[in-house]
Amino acid sequence: MRKKKLVLIGNGMAGIHTIEEIIKQAPGQFDITVFGKEPYPNYNRIQLSKVLQGDTEIEDITLNNWEWYEENNITLYAGEAVTSINTKDQVLETDKHRELPYDHLILATGSNPFMLPLPGVEKEGVTAFRDIKDCEEMIAASSKYQKAAVIGGGLLGLEAARGLLNLGMEVDVIHIADYLMERQLDKTAGMMLQKELEEQGMNFLLEKQTASITGKDRARGLLFKDGEKIKADLVVMAVGIKPNIALAKESGIPVNRGILVNDHMKTEIKNVYAVGECAEHKGMVYGLVAPLYQQGQELAKHICGIDSEGYQGSVLATQLKVSGVDVFSTGKINEDSTTKSYKVFDEWRGIYQKVLIDDGKISGAVLFGDTKDGNRLLSLINKGAGIEEYLDGKQSKVTGSGPISEMPSDEIICGCNGVSKGTIIEAIQSQDLKTVEQVKGCTSASRSCGGCSSLVSDILEHTLGDEYHHNQQESICSCTPHTRDEVIEEIKHKGLTHTKEVMNVLGWKSEEGCSKCKPALNYYLGMLNPTEYQDEKESRFVNERLHANIQKDGTYSVVPRMYGGVTNAEELRKVANIADKCQVKLIKVTGGQRLDLLGVKKEDLPNIWSELDMPSGSAYAKGLRTVKTCVGADFCRFGTQDSIGLGVKMEKKFEGLNTPHKVKMSVSACPRNCAEGSVKDVGVVGLDGEFEIYVGGNGGTHMRKAELLAKVKTEQEVMETTAAFLQHYRENASYLERTSAWVERVGIEHVKEVLSDKNTFINLVQRMDEALSIVQEPWKEALEDGRLLRDLYQNVKVPTKSK
Amino acid sequence: MQQLTNKVFVAKASELPDKLGKTVQFRGMELAIFKLAGGKVKAIENRCPHKGGVLAEGMVSGEHVFCPMHDWKINISDGKVQAPDHGCVQTYQVEVEDDNIFVMLPDGQ
Repeated sequence: MRKKKLVLIGNGMAGIHTIEEIIKQAPGQFDITVFGKEPYPNYNRIQLSKVLQGDTEIEDITLNNWEWYEENNITLYAGEAVTSINTKDQVLETDKHRELPYDHLILATGSNPFMLPLPGVEKEGVTAFRDIKDCEEMIAASSKYQKAAVIGGGLLGLEAARGLLNLGMEVDVIHIADYLMERQLDKTAGMMLQKELEEQGMNFLLEKQTASITGKDRARGLLFKDGEKIKADLVVMAVGIKPNIALAKESGIPVNRGILVNDHMKTEIKNVYAVGECAEHKGMVYGLVAPLYQQGQELAKHICGIDSEGYQGSVLATQLKVSGVDVFSTGKINEDSTTKSYKVFDEWRGIYQKVLIDDGKISGAVLFGDTKDGNRLLSLINKGAGIEEYLDGKQSKVTGSGPISEMPSDEIICGCNGVSKGTIIEAIQSQDLKTVEQVKGCTSASRSCGGCSSLVSDILEHTLGDEYHHNQQESICSCTPHTRDEVIEEIKHKGLTHTKEVMNVLGWKSEEGCSKCKPALNYYLGMLNPTEYQDEKESRFVNERLHANIQKDGTYSVVPRMYGGVTNAEELRKVANIADKCQVKLIKVTGGQRLDLLGVKKEDLPNIWSELDMPSGSAYAKGLRTVKTCVGADFCRFGTQDSIGLGVKMEKKFEGLNTPHKVKMSVSACPRNCAEGSVKDVGVVGLDGEFEIYVGGNGGTHMRKAELLAKVKTEQEVMETTAAFLQHYRENASYLERTSAWVERVGIEHVKEVLSDKNTFINLVQRMDEALSIVQEPWKEALEDGRLLRDLYQNVKVPTKSK
Repeated sequence: MQQLTNKVFVAKASELPDKLGKTVQFRGMELAIFKLAGGKVKAIENRCPHKGGVLAEGMVSGEHVFCPMHDWKINISDGKVQAPDHGCVQTYQVEVEDDNIFVMLPDGQ
């Protein structure tokens, strides 16, 4: 039998999700072709703001790579547009004069940004914020220009503005209403949001209407209707989107605002469907991912001939993705004469929560500052629940009967990977899963950004009941039910000496573990028995095995140590000469105040180390990375202490140490804290006559401000307190737990209490010295060991002589 | 269809590191060969189907290797990517004679 030809126009999230569902339901039944305007495979458009904000790369937001299309035998024409559809003969034509017949046609043409028809809108430097091209244009502009204006203070506009701030631009946001995000927030929340964003550096011009974009060829500014002017070299238009229905309209497919569809996403033309932002269902056009995925699932069922009641519309929920701001809203936003409301307003902590009630039922909510209840409120609204249910739940939350039971089974839990509640529950039940880690492994839920892991944990609790304990320590990995603490106890008790032995004795499910437990056990064994344990190369991640950082193309980077970020002319000359000689592709100054030589082939690593004759900077290590320092008392007119001197001493003492995760330190010579001790694992701040030691800071994924551990008088005390703190961390944190997460978990007061006991303190310092006593310089070690060089750094080249 | 193969000597087993991979370059292609815990030797294409990661540098556990780029788990014997990811890599037949390892490679044109 001939396979049915299925054609998708629009290579975006909604369309491809539909295809994924179809492949899942009916593998191999269709001959699938996809047309996409953009020259990329399907990517996560929602995450574009993250690309702009510099948190992630374009490649990382790709949802389906080229191989996916190939593996599933999907023909993809990227960068090719369909120009007409002949719905009578079921044939379409493209701008490259390709003709293609179809049996089923899905329109997923998405939407276009709405560009205000202002004079000057055609000028260079005016862009929308919709696709990768727009992002690239904004990034390019930021390197040349300083002033940006964003027209539109809605969701998209604010995300764009935050991105431009991150790119170093000054940003004015122009908004027509008297407060921000007026379609999703009430005035109180809108004002709180404005204040928060102003603190982040955004400038707002409210109740302003743009009259024209000024400048010659390129935009140079905006002129407003009230006669006022501002400068702007980049103008981002983010006033809304409109469904892209041109093709449908020209082909005689009935449209209103969007392409009209019924509950099965069928248009009024036979065998033509529409899904996503371009579709209009019961008068609604949706622009958020969750409803689009729901539509896709329903359409897939219909095409595969599976009975279902079809798509029933969605209640919308909005969440703002701007760092440092939590905003959520759903359903009705503003009170009218018949509405009652439940409000919490904590101005001090910046929390505002409003739940709207109509006829006793929850009809909407606006949350600011604390948005934990968001998903729960959404599902309560969806099932038409009364306000009592929400308030009761709020009180009895500790007892566990949380929001999960109220959530529909097809609700998407993991937005990154499109995993629904139903899929997770089915996996838990059919595969006997017990932990978040296992769910992650089987379903991919929480595997990408990790934002939904607490929800996954709630689902586990909901599904397993008493079997699951919220606060239970997770097992090390899915190879074992044992937790970190249990494993450490057993190692001590039974005197276990290598990873394989631990796995055998403790009944690991897999014979040789996995990439999670092997390095963890290797660390624990070394930490417990530093002088006798034989570190296992094969239990180390590639970077720590090779003592270099692997890059995406399989080359490595080399970061030699520059103690305290101090170098000299001779050293720099040497680095420069070697970079020339070894044809290093890129030299980068790192955030840790040293140099990174990138693009080095594995076989060349020993060579470059030998020429450098400098110690490894451990830029790859779960251990001490750098000690960042400010200039200090020698030169700086504010410096009160020799920060460089102390930083160098600390780096020399702790270099080569193994810790649960990387450790970054800093020393500043005055409270200005130029070495940024508030975001370091250990940040020392020198004052006149004393030092403050801050710990548990982090400037990365989980931004956290360091907390004061101790004030001491001498450098000697700084060294010892740091040693005691780090040793306590080494002995108590889980592998891969940063000090920020660990201090947060156990509490700074607890750490202080442990270190306040004199004997404990002395013992910790002693055990640290023991751990440091076995440290060897890894590059030198490799250079002096022929076997290591052969085993790890040399490739086999098979000569190409013929047969 | 029959594929012509070449029996190619690549290395001595005693010279391969235990429980680790080794990159083998042959006529512009790259293989990853692994000496597993029991001494068995396996050969696969040195390229993760996800983003092209070099599998020879991955962590080896039993009959699986974890790609060093994004931790995809791949069966070294049949080349299959393990759930929740999917895909597969080319595997190559290995023959060991005494200490000598040969890999059956497709005949170059």
